[in-house]
Amino acid sequence: MSHYTKRSKQELAQRVAQDIFDGAYVNLGIGQPTLVANYLPAGIEVVLHSENGILGMGAAPATGSEDYDLINAGKQPVTLLPGGSFFHHADSFAMMRGGHLDISVLGAFQVSATGDLANWSTGEAGAIPAVGGAMDLAVGAKQTWVMMDLLTKKGESKVVSACSYPLTGIACVKRIYSDLATLECTPDGLRLIDKVEGLEHAELERLVGLPVAI
Amino acid sequence: MINKISASVAEALSGIEDGATVLIGGFGTAGIPNELIDGLIEQGARELTVVNNNAGNADAGLAALLKTGRVRKIICSFPRQADSWVFDELYRAGQIELELVPQGNLAERLRAAGAGVGAFFTPTGFGTELALNADGTPKETRRIDGKDYVLEYPIHGDVALIKAEAGDRWGNLLYRKAARNFGPVMATAARRTIATVHEILELGAIDPETIVTPGIFVSKIVKIERVATQAGGFKQA
Repeated sequence: MSHYTKRSKQELAQRVAQDIFDGAYVNLGIGQPTLVANYLPAGIEVVLHSENGILGMGAAPATGSEDYDLINAGKQPVTLLPGGSFFHHADSFAMMRGGHLDISVLGAFQVSATGDLANWSTGEAGAIPAVGGAMDLAVGAKQTWVMMDLLTKKGESKVVSACSYPLTGIACVKRIYSDLATLECTPDGLRLIDKVEGLEHAELERLVGLPVAI
Repeated sequence: MINKISASVAEALSGIEDGATVLIGGFGTAGIPNELIDGLIEQGARELTVVNNNAGNADAGLAALLKTGRVRKIICSFPRQADSWVFDELYRAGQIELELVPQGNLAERLRAAGAGVGAFFTPTGFGTELALNADGTPKETRRIDGKDYVLEYPIHGDVALIKAEAGDRWGNLLYRKAARNFGPVMATAARRTIATVHEILELGAIDPETIVTPGIFVSKIVKIERVATQAGGFKQA
C-alpha cells in the first residue's frame, strides 16, 4: 500500500510553472491554469497571451483601477506589462493556429493515452453547447499541456484509452500535469515524467487503469 | 467630399433590411456596440442572423435584441454563460437556431469573407462534433502534409456594428485596448460597417502609422458619449 499526499492546486500550478522556460509565449486557459501565472520562476520573462487580443498580460489590477476594456478571456480585469500589445481576434487566433505560441495550458474532462482531449462538453442531452477558443487552443500551440486531477470525484481515471466525452482535438495533448503524477502522451501511450513521493508505480497504473511506461 | 459621420444612431442604421446578417463586435464587457444594438431594436428589422462571440448577457444589449424575437439564427462560439438566460430560453423553446463555431474559426471565417477567400482548410475542430454540417453530414476534410484539416466557408455580413475609440470623416478607426477584439475583422466582412466612436478627429490628425481600420472598410461613424460603467466597456479611474 502506497502512502502519498496529492499535490494541492497551488502545488500543481507550481509544478506546471517549473517547466515554463525563459522567453516562452504562453496561453493559460480559464480556471485552474490561470493559477500558473502566480508561480512563474523568478528571473525569467514569460509573455502571456489572451485570446481576446493581448500579449504581455499582467496581474489583476488593484481594486478601483479596473479597466473594463482590458480584460482576459475569462472576462476579468487584467493589466498590460511594458512591451505588451493589442491585436484583433483573427490575428490572436493566427498566433495559436499558426504555431507561434509555445505552450497552451488547459483544463480537461478526459485525456486519452495518445493525447486526445475532451474539455468542452460533457455531451449531456439538452445542455446548451459552448466551445469558445478551446478547440483552437488545443491544436494550435507548439505544446498543449493539460492540468487536472487524475481522478474524478467518483474515483474514475480522467486519463482513458479513448475519450467518452465529445472531443476537443485529436492527439493534441503532449503532457498531463495532475495531482498525482506528470505524464507524457505519446503515439504508443503514456510515459511517466514524475509522480508524488510515496506513490508506487503499480498503484499509479492501477488508478489510471492503463500501462504507464517509465 | 467624403463624410462618413452620421448625426445619429438612427440615421446610421437606416435601411437595414429584414433577413439581414448582422455582425456585432464585442467580447465580454469590451467592445460591445450597445448603442447600435439598442438602435437596431428601435429600427425594427426582423428575421435577422446575428454573428457575435456570445449570445447576450443579462437583459440588455444583445439579450434585449434576442428578446424581441427578431433574431432567427445566431452564429457564435460561446452562447452558454451564467447570465445568458434570454438565449437559453429561446433555444430550449426552439425559437432560435444556433450555429456553434470555434472562436478562431469564427474570426477566420470573417477574415476570409473580408479578404475574398472562397473557403479555407483549418485544423481546428477536425475530428470533433463541430466538423459536422447542420444536417449532421461531415464537412469536407483534407490531409495536407500529414496534417488533417476541415473546410470552412466565409461568413459575409450585410452590416457590421462595431465599437471603436476614435475616428475621422473618412472612417479611419482607432480602438481601445482589448475592446478591439472582433471590430477590425468584422469591419472587413460586411457590405456596410457602422462604428461608434467616443471621439471624432480632424482628417490627418490620426497618425497614419497607427490607423487600425482604414476607412475603406467603414461606412458610417457615430459619436457616442463615454459611459463610465462596466457595460459601456469603460470605467473611469
